[in-house]
Parts: sequence; structure tokens; C-alpha cells
Amino acid sequence: MRYVRGFREGAAAAALARLLEAEVDPKREYHLMEFCGGHTHAIFRYGVEDLLPGNVRLIHGPGCPVCVLAVPRLDAAIELARRPEVTLVSYGDMLRVPASRRRSLLKARAQGADVRMVYSALESLEIAAAHPDRQVVFFAIGFETTTPATAHIIREAQRLNLRNFSVYCNHVVTPAAILSILDSPEVREWGQVRVDGFIGPSHVSAVIGSRPYEYFAEEYRRPVVIAGFEPLDVMQAIRMLVQQLNSRVSRVENQFTRGVTRDGNLKAQRLVAEVLELRPSFEWRGLGELPYSGLRIKSAFGQFDAERRFAIEVRAAPENKACQCPAIIRGVKKPTDCSLFGAPCTPRNPVGSCMVSAEGACAAYYKYRRGALKAAN
Amino acid sequence: MGGILTHVSIALIDDVALGDYLIVHAGFAIARLDVEEAEKSLALFDEIAAHLNQPIDALRPRFP
Repeated sequence: MRYVRGFREGAAAAALARLLEAEVDPKREYHLMEFCGGHTHAIFRYGVEDLLPGNVRLIHGPGCPVCVLAVPRLDAAIELARRPEVTLVSYGDMLRVPASRRRSLLKARAQGADVRMVYSALESLEIAAAHPDRQVVFFAIGFETTTPATAHIIREAQRLNLRNFSVYCNHVVTPAAILSILDSPEVREWGQVRVDGFIGPSHVSAVIGSRPYEYFAEEYRRPVVIAGFEPLDVMQAIRMLVQQLNSRVSRVENQFTRGVTRDGNLKAQRLVAEVLELRPSFEWRGLGELPYSGLRIKSAFGQFDAERRFAIEVRAAPENKACQCPAIIRGVKKPTDCSLFGAPCTPRNPVGSCMVSAEGACAAYYKYRRGALKAAN
Repeated sequence: MGGILTHVSIALIDDVALGDYLIVHAGFAIARLDVEEAEKSLALFDEIAAHLNQPIDALRPRFP
């Protein structure tokens, strides 16, 4: 299809690489964070890093939906799934994420829990309608890309008067995570992580628009270029960031003009605002408690809030201490810095969340870089 | 896409018409693709490629 394959043209990528080579200032380094796991995956799949000059470094950000879910909240979902009356529904990747004591929803299912995997949140409504004798709970996770879908099904459940349906809401917001990285001691004080600019997410920005990033460009003097998910988009966005950094400006620019406007999808934003509201604080894996970073269901829709219906308690849980996921999510460490990488932690048998999803940095390293790493050793 | 048929909710987009391209995420259309802007981006990449006339295919999709 023209609007996908057209952005994967190898000759254009080679030409962009040549331009970039000529445009970078050899006397400095460029440390650019791709916030979104979709970009991480595209960068590895197409070998974009191999096309970049040596002084342009990419830092993989926390924008992997299943990676950032705090373990205690996943533990609570597993507890919920183990209730005999509950059918727990979630997206595929979520089922394989390790919780505390290496439990997972998939393992709970093997032990008899009713856990279903869906592609679309809408399927959870169909399951609820088809099984009126079951308490169907949609385990909702993700950034602004999946949040409107969750808001939509809650409103639909109200319209259809589905009494056996509820949502365990764990949605998070992107700007809060970017802010936490810019405010983290690793970036501000210790100088452990250097982020000169951001490659802004594609689909998240299609929903929220480019406006929310303006604050980071102005207040934190970091340029942001929103990029499409294809390799030419990423290459071009890197050029735009290099050009901004060379001329010492920091603006929000939009490379993904075919999908993103300054305002975003207002209909989706209104729907989310009608059904969901910010929590004062929310815990993220790797980033800790962040103020106004997570969403909960408004009291007007409280009958569909699983946290209320089942009085869910979120308890602190031990994490595998050797797993470096929290530091990898913050961009402080690379997957290969982790002693578990490759053995025993693999995508088939993940120890940490970053090894689970195609959007996780560890899974991308393992899938696309393992051969090169072996050769280097 | 690519001949795959699937159900997509258009609840988040107003006035979807036949022939529209939609950006789909987890079963929901989240944006309408702006075809004019897509063509502009493609034309820019074509121009850069033609100008520098790089004969090699630099992208090697790494399918494991």
C-alpha cells in the first residue's frame, strides 16, 4: 500500500543518511530519545541506527504500554482473574508480562482462571453480552492511543445497560512521562542520561495533537519532532532535530503531517474527558509515583469501575532485583547491561516487562541485534 | 491493509466516507490520513532520493 510502503523506500533512506552525515556537526554529540516503543521497534527492524552518523545516539524511552505498568497493579489483575465469577479480558501482550514471583495472566489461565485475549476493546463488550452469568472485566492499559477506546466501551456499556461488565483502568498519559524524564535526577543532576531532543510519538500525537509538547520545547529547551512510524519518517525527524540543535532552537515540529494536527482528535479527547479523569498520583514501573499521570473512571460511570465493584487493593510487591527494566525504561541502562538478558530472559520466557512486547527495548534488542552482539563477543 | 479484512470501529472519527484512509490502533480508527500531506511527504523523499541518486537500498528489514 502506497502510504505505508512509500515510507520504506531504501534509496530514499540512503539519501537521507547521506544528507544527515553532511548536516551533523562532528564536534558535538546528539542524544535523541524516541519516546515511543513503536519507534523503537521500527528503528531496530529497519536497522536505522546503522544509517546514523556515530555522534547521533538514540535513547529508547518509556513509551511501551505493557512495560510501564507497575507490578502491584498487575498482581491485582491476576488476583481479580482468579475469582471464580470473573472473566478477565485484555490485550495480548499484557497476558505474558511477568508479575511478582514470576506469575502472569497466562499462567493464571493455565491454572484455570478465565482470561481472554482481545485485539479490540470492543470485543470485551461482546463477551459480556454473550455471558450474562459472568463478571466480565476489561483490564485496560496503555497510553492515549487506547484510552479513547476504553472511554468508548464504558459509555457503550452504560447505553446497553450491561450490568456484568466493568473496567480495571490503568491508562497513563504521555506528557507526564516526558516530564518525569526531564525532571529525573539522572538527567538533571547526575548527568547519567543526556537527552538533547525528543522524537515524538505518532499515534499518541494523532490523538492528543502536537500542542502538549510545546511546554517541553519552551520550558526545558528540548526540541520535539513528531515522527511517523515508518523508517523514512524516523530518519527525516532525526534530520529535523539535528537542524534545530545546530541552530540552537527548540520548537515542536511535526514530520507526521499526514496523521497529526496541532489539536489532535478532538472527538476522542472529549470522549475521554467525559468518562475518565486524572488521578492525583499513579505508580509507573521504572518511573515511580508520578503526579497526575494516570486516569481513573469518573464517579458518574462508577458502576463500571472494577476497582470499586471488586474493592481492588493494590499492594506493594517485590520485583526481581536483577531485572534492569526500571533503569532501561528511564533510558539509564541498555538491555545488554542486564545480566539476565538472553539467559534466562528471552521473549519466550521473559523475566521483565521490557522483554515481552515488540515495543519493549529488550525484545527489540533480542530480536534484531542478537546476531551482531554475538559476533562482537 | 495488504488484503487483510478486519473490523474497525469508527466511533472516534466523524463522517468517514468510502475511500478514506484511516490510521487504526487496536481496532479503533484514531485519525483520518491526510492524503494530500502524505503525497507531499512522499514527493519530498522522492526528490531527495532522485537528487542524491543513491543506487543502494539502505533499508534491510530484519526478519528474524
